[in-house]
Amino acid sequence: MKFTSKLAFAASALALSVSAAWADSGEISVGMALEPPHLDPTSAAAGAIDQVLYANVFQGLTRFASDGSIIPGLAESWTISDDGLTYVFQLRHGVKFHDGTDFDASHVVFSLDRARAEDSTNAQKALFADIASVKTGDHYSVIVTLSKPNGSLLFNLAWGDAVIVSPESIDTIKEKPIGTGPFRFVEWVKGDRIELERTPDYSWGDQVALDKVTFRFISDPTAAFAAVMSEDVDVFPVFPAPENLAQFDADPRFQVLVGSTEGETILSTNNKLPPLDDVRVRKAIAHAIDRKAIIDGAMFGFGTPIGTHFAPHNPAYLDLTGNSAYDPEMSKSLLAEAGLADGFTTTLKLPPPSYARRGGEIIAAQLREVGINVEISNLEWAQWLEQVFRGKDFGLTIVSHTEPMDIGIYARPDYYFQYDNPEFQALITELNAEAKADKRTELLHKAQTMISEDYVNGYLFQLAATGVANAKLQGLWVNAPTQATDLTGVSWAE
Amino acid sequence: MSLTTAPPRKPSLLRTITSSLNLTLGLFIIVVFFGGALISLVWTPFDVASLDIPNKLKAPGLPHLMGTDHFGRDVFSMILVGARTSIAVAVVAVGIGMGLGVPLGLAAAVRPGSFMDELIMRGNDLVFAFPALLIAIMITAVFGPGAVNAILAIGIFNIPVFARLSRGAALSLWTRDFVLSARVAGKGAVRISYEHILPNILNLLIVQGTIQFSLGILAEAGLSYVGLGAQPPIPSWGRMLAESQTMISFAPHLALFPGLAIVFTVLGLNLMGDGLRDILDPKIRRER
Amino acid sequence: MLRYSLKRFLSLLISLLVASIVIFVVIEIVPGDPATYMLGINAQEDTIAALREELGLNASKLERYWNWLSGMMVGDFGTSYTYRSPVNELIGDRIWVSLPLALIALTLSTAIAFPIGIIAASRRGSVTDMSVMGATQLGVAIPNFWFAMILVLIFAINLRWFASGGFPGWDEGVFAGLKALTLPAIALALPQASILARVMRTSLLDTLSEDFVRTARAKGLSKAKALRRHALRNALIPVLTIIGLQFSFMLAGAIIIENVFYLPGLGRLIFQSISQRDLIVVESVVMLLVFAVVLVNFFVDLTYALVDPRLRGRQ
Repeated sequence: MKFTSKLAFAASALALSVSAAWADSGEISVGMALEPPHLDPTSAAAGAIDQVLYANVFQGLTRFASDGSIIPGLAESWTISDDGLTYVFQLRHGVKFHDGTDFDASHVVFSLDRARAEDSTNAQKALFADIASVKTGDHYSVIVTLSKPNGSLLFNLAWGDAVIVSPESIDTIKEKPIGTGPFRFVEWVKGDRIELERTPDYSWGDQVALDKVTFRFISDPTAAFAAVMSEDVDVFPVFPAPENLAQFDADPRFQVLVGSTEGETILSTNNKLPPLDDVRVRKAIAHAIDRKAIIDGAMFGFGTPIGTHFAPHNPAYLDLTGNSAYDPEMSKSLLAEAGLADGFTTTLKLPPPSYARRGGEIIAAQLREVGINVEISNLEWAQWLEQVFRGKDFGLTIVSHTEPMDIGIYARPDYYFQYDNPEFQALITELNAEAKADKRTELLHKAQTMISEDYVNGYLFQLAATGVANAKLQGLWVNAPTQATDLTGVSWAE
Repeated sequence: MSLTTAPPRKPSLLRTITSSLNLTLGLFIIVVFFGGALISLVWTPFDVASLDIPNKLKAPGLPHLMGTDHFGRDVFSMILVGARTSIAVAVVAVGIGMGLGVPLGLAAAVRPGSFMDELIMRGNDLVFAFPALLIAIMITAVFGPGAVNAILAIGIFNIPVFARLSRGAALSLWTRDFVLSARVAGKGAVRISYEHILPNILNLLIVQGTIQFSLGILAEAGLSYVGLGAQPPIPSWGRMLAESQTMISFAPHLALFPGLAIVFTVLGLNLMGDGLRDILDPKIRRER
Repeated sequence: MLRYSLKRFLSLLISLLVASIVIFVVIEIVPGDPATYMLGINAQEDTIAALREELGLNASKLERYWNWLSGMMVGDFGTSYTYRSPVNELIGDRIWVSLPLALIALTLSTAIAFPIGIIAASRRGSVTDMSVMGATQLGVAIPNFWFAMILVLIFAINLRWFASGGFPGWDEGVFAGLKALTLPAIALALPQASILARVMRTSLLDTLSEDFVRTARAKGLSKAKALRRHALRNALIPVLTIIGLQFSFMLAGAIIIENVFYLPGLGRLIFQSISQRDLIVVESVVMLLVFAVVLVNFFVDLTYALVDPRLRGRQ
C-alpha cells in the first residue's frame, strides 16, 4: 500500500487527495471484550494482554504463525545439538527497543532468567522448567542448555509469556510496555482503549501497513454488536455473541471470520468422585450428550465436534467422535449395568463464558433425559479456580482448554479432573523425548485413543474463532493458534 | 417509601371510585399472576425443563403464545414458572424483614432513647447506609449466587424498613390510655407489645408489606438480571431478560414478555397496596 | 443546633468506622484468591506464592485493615491487585461517569416530577390528576434496567439515534459524553421521577390543607396563588429529603444501568473487581458509596433540624 500511495503521489496533484485518504485509512480500531489488567505479558495469565501486545509490541525468540507453525522471531536461526540438550540461537542484528536501547543477547538471558527465577511471577513458568542455563555466546548469540531433551522448546519460546523484555524498562512495563515489535505503545485510557502506533525506525522485520492501532474494550455483547454495526470498530477478532454473527454475515459491509482455536471445550469430569470414577458411568454420560444440539444451542452452530482432547486442525488429529455418539438408550443401559438404573445426582459447576453457561444448561437437560440429575451452579473465575481447579470439589464442569498441544495434562494425576493412568503417563514421557515426526504422530494417535476410550471427560467441541471485520480489511488471522491479534500483516484493501 | 395520595378531607365520588378501582384492578392482576404461578405447579403448556433446540427463537404465535427462547423453550410457560420464583423470593424476603424488623422496632419503642433503642436504630442506620444492591452483591460474592442468597439480601434490606415503621407507630401508641392501663395492670413490656401494640399496627404492616412485596419483586428481577438471583434451570424473569439482551435485535419478544410480567405484577401489588390503605387506615400517609 | 450537629457528626464517624469493619470482614472472607486469578490455570504453587508476597497479601488481616483504614483517612485507598495502579486513580476515572450520570438523572427526574406533582395537586381529583397519577403508578412499576433495554431497542437499534452503550470519554468532547449518558440517565430517571412526582403531590396536598394556607385562602387568595406563595415552599422539605435519598440511590443503584449500557462507572468497577478478586478495590468503592449515603443523610438531617427545631431533641 505504501508503494501505491507513492505512485499516486507521483502521478498527479489530483491523486494527492486520494493518497491522503489512504494515509488516513492506515488506522484501525480493534474491538475486544476484555481489557488487560496490566501490560506485562510475562507476569499474568490474562489472554487480553497477549491479544493487544503479542507480535505487535513484544516479540520472542520464536513466534506463532497464523497456521500455528513456529517461525523465527528475534532469533534468526538456531542449531540444536545431537543429544537435544543444547540450543544455540543466532539473534537478529540492528534490533532496537522502543526506548532506543539496542537489543542483544543479554536481553534474552535477562528475560529467560527472569521467567524461570525463584521469585518469578510468570503464569507459564512450567514452559521453562527444563532449561538448565541460558548464557550469552557472543553479542548476538545465546546458548540455552536443557536438563533433559524437550521437543517443544521452540514451541514454548513462542508463547506470549516468553517474549523478550529489557531490564531498563522492566519496572514500568505494567503501565508502559517497551518491546521490540513493529508497533509501539502510545496510551492506555483505562476502561476504554489502548493506542499503538507504528514504530518509526522499524527495520528488523517485515514492514507493516498500519500507522495507528486503537484497541477498544467493549465487554458487553450488545454494545459490541452496536459498535461493529455503526463501524466504530473495524474488527472484533473474538466476537462475544455468536448469535449475532448471522446478521453480520448478511451485511455486505462486513466479513465474518470463522477459524479454529486451540480450545478443546470439554465436560470435565472428576475421575476420583463416585460414581464418576466408574468408566461405565462416564461412558453413559458421553453417550447422553448430543453435541449437535450443544453446538447449535450454545454456539449458534459455530464449533467442530471432537471425540478426544485434540485440535481437529492438527495433522495428527484422529476423529473419535464415534466413541461417544449420541445414544440415550445405550446410556441408560450403561447406567443400569453400573448399578445406577435410577440415575444419580451430581454437580455441574460453570465458569462465566457463554459456552459454559449455555452449554451447561443444555447438557443438564440432556443428562436429565437419561436419569442423571445435575445441579448447576454458576461460578466466577476466581471461585471456579478455587473450588474446581484447585479444590477439586466438583462432579462436572465445562471449560475450554485453550493452551495449544495440551494433551499432556492427562498425564498429571493431580490435575483437576484426576485421571490417573500409568500407561498414559508412560506414553507422554515417551512422546516428550521423541523427536521424529512420524513416531510422534503415532504416539499422539495412541494417546488420543486412550483418553477417548477411557471416557476421561466428555469431549464436546473445538471452540471456533469467530470474528467479524470490515469487508475491506485483509491479512487478519482467521485461526487463533494462540491468543493474539497479530496486526503486522493487516492492511486496507483499495 | 409508599407513594400514595393524601387522604381526602371530603372523599369525592371520583376518589371513592378510583380507590376501590385501585383495589379491584390490583387484586385482579395479582389473582391472575398468583393463579398462573399456582397452575404452573401442576401444569404448564410446555415443559420448561426440556430443550427443543431445532425450535429455537420462534416468534409469538401458535402453539407458542409468546414464542420460544434460544433453547426452544416456551416463553409463556417460563413466565408462569418464573412468577413462582419471583413470588417465592419476595414473600420470604418480606417475611424475614417483618419477622425480624417488627420485634426489633417494638423493642426499641419500649423505652425511647435507651441503650437498646440507640443500638437498634443505629444498627438500622448502618444497614440503610448500604444500598440494597451492594448488600446483595456482597452476600453473593461470599456465598455464591442463588435464590436463597437473593432472599437473604432482600430480606436484610427489609429489616430496617419494618423496624423503623413499627417503632414509629408503637411510640405513639405507648402514650395512649389503653396501653397505660395495661401497664398499671402490671403487664410486662413484651406482653403489652404483643397484645396491645401489635394488633394496632397490623394494618400499617399489611400495607407496608404489600409495598415491600412489590419492591421485592423488582429487586429479585434486578438481582437475577445481573446473574445473582435464582440459577438455571429455574426460570426467573430477571434472568430471562438478561439472556435476551444480545438477541434483542432479532428476537425482541424475548425481552418484551418477561418485562411486562414484572411491570404488571408490581403495578398490581402497588394498586392493591393503595386500595388496602384507603380501606384499612385512611390516616396512613407516607412512611419515609 | 451546634450541639445537635456535633452529635450527628460523631454518629456519622462511628457509622463509617463500623461500616469499614463490616465491609472489610465481609469482603475478606470472600472465597477466591487474587493471585491465583491473575496467574490462571497453568501457574505453579511457587509462582502464586511469589505473587502473593509481591501484592502484600501475606500480611496479617489486622495489619491490612489498619493500612487500608489509615490510608483512607488521608485519602489513599491503596493499590489495586490486578491493575497494580492506585485505587484512587481507578475510582477517579470511574467517578467521572457515575457522578455526572447520577446528577443528570437527578436533574431530569426533578424536572419531570415537579410540574407533574404541582399540576396533579392543583387539579386534585380531576381526570388530569387521575391519569397523571396512573402514569406515575406505571412508572414506579417499571424496572429501570428493562426500561433501559426498551430504550436501546427503540433509539439505538431501530432509530440509531444513540449508541447502545459505551462511553467515549470526556476528552472526546462534552457533547459526545452527554450523548452517551442520555439514554442511561433517562432509564434511571423515569422510575425515580414517578416516585418524586407522587411525593411532591402528596406533600403539596398536605401543606394545602394546613391552617396557614387555609387562612390565606380564606383571605381571598386564589387556589393557584395560595399554592405558589405558601404551599410550595413548605412542601419542598420532604421533597428535598427524597431527592437527597435518590441521589445516593442513583450513585449506587446505577450499577445495573451501567451494566446495560456498558458504562465504565463505579458499578462496573465493583462487578469487575469482585470477579477478579481485586478485594481492595471492592472494599474501597463500597466504602465510598456508603460514605456518600451517610453524608447525604447527615445533610438531610441537618436541613430538617434547621427547618424544624423540634426535631433536634428527637432522633
